[in-house]
Order: sequence, then structure tokens, then C-alpha cells
Amino acid sequence: MSQLLDITGLTLRADDTTLVSNLSFSMAPGERLGLIGESGSGKSLTAMATTGLLPTSIKASGSIVLGGQEVVGASERVLNPLRGKVAAFVFQEPLTALDPLMRVGKQIAEPLQRRARRDGAALDGKALDAAILELFNDVSLPERLVRAYPHEMSGGQRQRIAIAMALACRPQLLIADEPTTALDVTTQAEILKLLDRLVREHNMALLFISHDLPVVATVVDSVVVLRKGEAVERGPVREVFAAPQHEYTQTLVAAAHAFDTALEGTP
Amino acid sequence: MTAIDTATAPKRRSARSYTLWLGIVLVGLHVALGLMTLVWTPYDPTGMSGGRLEAPSWLHWAGTDRLGRDFLTQILIGSRIALIVGTCAVAIGAVIGVTLGILAAFATKFLDDALAATLDILIAFPTLLIAMLVVAASDTATLWSAILALGIALSAIVARLTRILAKRVLLMDYITAARTSGTSWPAIVFQHILPNIWPTLSVSFALQFGLAAIAEASLSYLGLGAPPPNASWGRLLQEAQGTVYTAPIGAIAPGIALVTLVIGVNLLADGLRDRIDPTRRRG
Repeated sequence: MSQLLDITGLTLRADDTTLVSNLSFSMAPGERLGLIGESGSGKSLTAMATTGLLPTSIKASGSIVLGGQEVVGASERVLNPLRGKVAAFVFQEPLTALDPLMRVGKQIAEPLQRRARRDGAALDGKALDAAILELFNDVSLPERLVRAYPHEMSGGQRQRIAIAMALACRPQLLIADEPTTALDVTTQAEILKLLDRLVREHNMALLFISHDLPVVATVVDSVVVLRKGEAVERGPVREVFAAPQHEYTQTLVAAAHAFDTALEGTP
Repeated sequence: MTAIDTATAPKRRSARSYTLWLGIVLVGLHVALGLMTLVWTPYDPTGMSGGRLEAPSWLHWAGTDRLGRDFLTQILIGSRIALIVGTCAVAIGAVIGVTLGILAAFATKFLDDALAATLDILIAFPTLLIAMLVVAASDTATLWSAILALGIALSAIVARLTRILAKRVLLMDYITAARTSGTSWPAIVFQHILPNIWPTLSVSFALQFGLAAIAEASLSYLGLGAPPPNASWGRLLQEAQGTVYTAPIGAIAPGIALVTLVIGVNLLADGLRDRIDPTRRRG
């Protein structure tokens, strides 16, 4: 079976520091994978590397094949058509991930029109408005917000816009980089439920990046645990959480359990 | 929102629109009067209409100059000259400066450093000096050589500002987000970078409009600006220099005209900035 994303022996270096070393994992179409690790473990860099968007100071070696195209060492001309079409992103902080001076409806219109152009069709006027409203419904946002600016919305609403922007690209792979970290717990749960539903409905693969084990467990099937740029454990999410093999995963799981117990212990 | 915020917010808003309206009135007055001179002036601008150096009277509101021409007519035509010079110089400076600044922001580190250093050196020269060099390099001083000179001098300031602003926007998450969805660089420039640096740039353009108006007056004062019979305020000031004690109106009137235009443009810019930038808009 052809893989949607195939990472083999990926190593990321900045000057003489190794940020990610010899990382390998692959994702089939429709698969849901969690990339887990604490801050600085190289999760986000790995995600950015998949579409060739690393800062110029970071050098990648190894191989990343995204949608049948080798990404490492490829030119912008080759990479840009992959972005959005094969993989789209949702970021951690929705306020800064949206252009503050553009109405959110317009921000969704951009990727919609780009996608239409790539498919060889024009999308504007009423058809565009309808497509925007459809996405608004998809992410459960009221239509009146089409003409709102990002600063006029709540954090959860902004993240829904960011998700709608990613959906507008109609990607095969959705990369969610800590999409709930900046949100409060109630909103977090709603966004997770939304992602779960959308990934299912749109038949997308999901690469979910987080440091939060319980959050990851609710949306993915399998996980890769990163520690200081190295994959220390991988497997189906239930197995990894029920019987963590690596010492580091054990401490992560124990910490999550301790947190749960502490929560339950409070009256 | 605290109680203090709610109490002061309406007051601040009215203060803002007050500056905007004062700016609109001052600039609008100059624009209206400047346009009026195209079709009608109180007297023939080049013909004698009274005695020499007459004091202000009902016939000649600002008196007459040393050739007996109506001084108010000259001042009004000066408005037109100042507006043309300011607008065209800023337009030239904006086109060259924004283009250079954006290119520098995207350039490789070496090219960017080289451009930044060149701009810093250019800015270290006084605007007026650069303008004088450009005028000196062209054969004869005309209105357009002065405009071109000022435009080039201003473009260095615009370019440096654009470069810094664009670099700051480039670091924003929404640029990364746009790139991850496959937005091309030209689209990023026109959809995200220019709109986000525009509020700051437009204020800077207005300040430079004032700068250009003053610089044009200085060039004309030195005889390097628009040649006669263009009634530039700078030339009026220069002509009034010899008679400033006997006919002070000759120095006062162009001065007032220049100051009201520059203040007007600055107030307008300040007020507009608050309107343009939706994140600063209240209510």
C-alpha cells in the first residue's frame, strides 16, 4: 500500500546541535498518528519539515516522502503545490495564526480559491460565498462571523476558523500542531471533538502533535513518543498507555495518572 | 474592562475624531483653494493689480508684492504647487521605497545587509542635500526636477521603514500558516504583508508629505525649486526677505500657509490611522 507520508532516517541539525535524529515513521491515507513529546523534543520541527518549511538555519537529511514526492532537498517550485493540497496545518495559537487585518471570511476564501485554481476551475461570486458558508457550518460557526476580524472572536472560534482554513485546502493529511494548547479545557474538548468528526467526514489522515497524553489518546490510533529528537517508543495508543515500555513514556503516563488522581481527589 | 477604561474610552474617541476633522478641514481648505486657482484667482497672478508693497486691505487681503501683484493670489497658487510637489514626491518615494524595502526583506542575508547599509548611508545625508544634488545634476531647475529629487530622497526613508516592517510581519505565524497552505510569495506580499504594514506606512507618508512640502519651500527659497512664475511659498519667502520690516505680511502669509498645510496633513494621518487599523477601532 502506498504511504501518504513516509519519513525515513530524518535528521535535523542546526549548526552542531542535533534536534531530531534518525526518526522514521510512516502514515497511510486516513491513518491517525500522534507525535508526543515535551517542549523542544523536535515534534513541531518534524511537522514543518514534512512540507519543507524549516528555518534556513536548520538542515535536514534523510528522507521525507509526502504524497509520492521527496521533500528533503526539493525546490520551492516542487514543494509549493504539495502545501495545502497534500498536507495542511492547524497551529497552536489561533490569534497569531490569523491575519489580524483580514476578515475571517476572506481568510477562508483565499485557500478555497487557490484550491479551485489548482483544480483548474475558478471560484468566485455566489459560489465562493456558498463555499465559505459551507465551511462555517462544517466547523460549527455562526454565519454572521464571516465579516468579523480575528480580534473580535473568542479563542475557540478563532481555532475553528484556522481549522476551516486548513479544510478549505481539502488536504489528504491534516497536521495539527498542539491545536488545543492555547485553549481552555472546555473549548479544548469541543475542538478535539470537531477535529475527530472532520477527519472522519473528510477522510483525512491526521498527524496530531501534542505533549498532552490524555488529549492525544482521544483522537489518534497510534503514537510515536519523541524524546530529545529520538523516537523512544511507538505503537497503538492503548498499548503504549496501558503498558509503556520506555522509561520516559512511563514517567509521562505516570504524570498524567497522577494529575487525574489529583483532580478526582479534590471535592 | 475596568471602570476607568469604560469611563475614558468615549472621551479618547472624541479627541481622536477631533484631530481627524481638523486635519480634513485644513487639508481640504488647501486642496479646494489650490483647485480653485486652476479656474479662478482673485487677480491675474502675473499682472500688476495695485501699488507696490501695499498693506492688506479689502481689495488685497494679503497686500501686494514688490511688483504690485496681488499677494493672496500668489499664496493660493502656492497651495497648488505645494500639493503637487508633496503628492508626487511621496508617490515616487513610496513606489521606489516600498519596492526596495520588500525586496530587501526577502533578499539573501548578504544582499539585505548591503541594501540596509546603503539606505542607512543615504538617510544620514539630509533630505535637502540629496535633493540639491539631484537638482544640481539636472540641467535646469524645474518643478519636476524638484519633485524627482525629493521623491528619490524620500524613497530611502520609505525603503528602510518598509524593510523593517515587512521583516517583522514575515516572522508572524499567519505568514507561516499562509505558506503551509501553499500561498505564493507574491500573494503573501499583496494579501498579508502590504495590508499589515500599510497603517504604519500611511502615517509615514503623511509625515513625508509635510517634509516634502517644507523641503520644496527650502529648495525654492534657495532658487533650486520651481522657477518663476510658479509661485512657490519658498520663493515668496525669499522675495519677502528684503522687505520683511516694511511689509511683514510677505513673510507671515506664506509661513502660515505652509504651517497649516503641514499640520493639517499630520492630523489627518493620525486620525486616519485610527480608522484604517481595525484592531485599534473601538466599538
